[in-house]
Amino acid sequence: MPTTDELKQRIEASIPGAIADVVDLNGGGDHFRATVVAPEFAGLTRIEQHRRVYAVFGPDIGGPIHALSLTTRAEA
Amino acid sequence: MSTPEQQISTAIQEAIAENDVILFMKGTPEAPRCGFSARTVQVLEALGTPFAAVDILPDPRIRQELSALSQWPTIPQLFVRGELVGGCDIITEMYESGELAQTLGVEQPADEAPGDDAAPLTIENRLN
Repeated sequence: MPTTDELKQRIEASIPGAIADVVDLNGGGDHFRATVVAPEFAGLTRIEQHRRVYAVFGPDIGGPIHALSLTTRAEA
Repeated sequence: MSTPEQQISTAIQEAIAENDVILFMKGTPEAPRCGFSARTVQVLEALGTPFAAVDILPDPRIRQELSALSQWPTIPQLFVRGELVGGCDIITEMYESGELAQTLGVEQPADEAPGDDAAPLTIENRLN
C-alpha cells in the first residue's frame, strides 16, 4: 500500500527541483491529494502540469493509487 | 475488420466531436458513482451549461480507450469543443477563478464570483 512519504519521494525524485506535499485523504492509503511546486511547470498548461505528475506513477494511477488529486504550480 | 477496442475508440472520438461539452464520468449526472464525478457534475450544473455525459463504468474498455486518446489517467474528463479541459481538480479550480465560465461561454453565477465580497445592492433595502 503506497504511503504519503513514498508518493512525495517519487514525485520529488522524478521532477527536478519539485517540492511535493502529499496527504492521504481518507487514511486508506489509496486516495491522495498532492500539491506540487516545480520550476519546470513554468509555461505549461494545467493539463500538461498534471500529466507530468501522473506520468511519475504510470499504471499505479487507477491501480494501487485509486485517486490522486492535484494542485500544481511553478512557484511556491 | 476493426477490433472492438478500435470501435470503442472511434465511438468516443465521434462523441467528443459531436458534443461541444461532454463529460466522461463514473455513473450518470443523476446518479454519480464517484465523488469526483459528482463534484464535476455539480460545477457544470451550477454554471447552467448543457452537457453530454458518458458513463464509463459499463465496459472497462471505455476507460482504457478514453485514457489512451486523452493521455489522461483519471475519471472524470471534461472535453469542450474537442479539447480535454481537465478532471475534477482543474474543473473546480477553473470554476472558482471564473475561467470555466469563460471557456464555456456562459455567465459566472453572480453569488459565486471570485472576489465578490461586497454585499450585493438590492432595491429592497433602498426602500426601507
